[in-house]
Amino acid sequence: MKYLHEAVIIAAVTFASEIIKFCIPLPIPASIYGLILLFILLKTGLLKLRQIEHVGGLLLDLMPLLLVPASVSFLTVLDTLQGMLLPVLLMGFLGTMAVMLITGRVCQAVIGRRKSHD
Amino acid sequence: MTELFAACSCFGLFMAVGSYQLARIINRRVGREICNPLLFATLLCGAVLLLTGTEYDVFYQNGGQVLEFLLTPATICLAIPLYKQFELLKKNAAAVLAGCTAGVLAHMAGCVLMLVLFKMEAAEYISLLPKSITTAIGKGLSEELGGYPAITMANIMLTGLFGAVAAPPLLKLFGIHDTLSQGLAIGTSSHAAGTSRAVQLGEVQGAASSLAIVVTGLLTVATAPLFARLVNF
Repeated sequence: MKYLHEAVIIAAVTFASEIIKFCIPLPIPASIYGLILLFILLKTGLLKLRQIEHVGGLLLDLMPLLLVPASVSFLTVLDTLQGMLLPVLLMGFLGTMAVMLITGRVCQAVIGRRKSHD
Repeated sequence: MTELFAACSCFGLFMAVGSYQLARIINRRVGREICNPLLFATLLCGAVLLLTGTEYDVFYQNGGQVLEFLLTPATICLAIPLYKQFELLKKNAAAVLAGCTAGVLAHMAGCVLMLVLFKMEAAEYISLLPKSITTAIGKGLSEELGGYPAITMANIMLTGLFGAVAAPPLLKLFGIHDTLSQGLAIGTSSHAAGTSRAVQLGEVQGAASSLAIVVTGLLTVATAPLFARLVNF
């Protein structure tokens, strides 16, 4: 029953974040409110890590699987792209690679500088 | 065939979980990761739908939505690695901010390049701006700025899928060895989908990637309207 208890807590946080989303008219998904809310709950100690660790860990492990339906739906929007296919493909592949390269290198450089100062 | 699938409430769930697990079994047999489970499952499910002429809706209604439903609580649970690694992230706050800012600006510059290169119309260019962020934010932002939400969604999904599949070899290629930088690079470039992979690389990567989703989301919401103005005047 340990798992049921954890699942209820995670469902409660999800429900609370959906209420927040309903009350704030911004294009921000409930999951982002929930991520911040759960972080605050853990940080303030209102919620202990061990109260959600198992089910939370399971959900995190499963995350790529949970993305399968959304990825399959990509195939259904392909024909709406029409004349935009090439730019979207370029941005999707090359653009993503460029952002990954630049973000990682900048972050790594700043960390390297901090470490050499220490 | 379509009628049969439509009558089976577990069709989509079985297809998605079955093909995902099949990829894992193949990897285990071979002894190394030759097929990415997310990519393999996407292509296999897509191929079955296409070959049998089945609508995506049948896949989604009959089990697909069960998986998608769990995505919100799973994304919320990204707070767990974030909480565990918070001290490390706090110590490197400057690096996190610098990395995310550089990444967001690089993406915006890429959009401007596309605008010039392909002589795009304003709405098409704007649709590209919200990319490396979660679909819900991206779609809303695209609508608000006057883009085509469908194009934005497709762009975000492709970005996420690519990031989730290709991140580990790309990081190696780019010489990004620091674990925090790896996570930040994945989260900034390919949002929650990429983060699902970052979590598997390690706890620091997962935490940094989770933080990057939030920071990049905020930065994009703040800077995209400025870049959208480029074509409105």
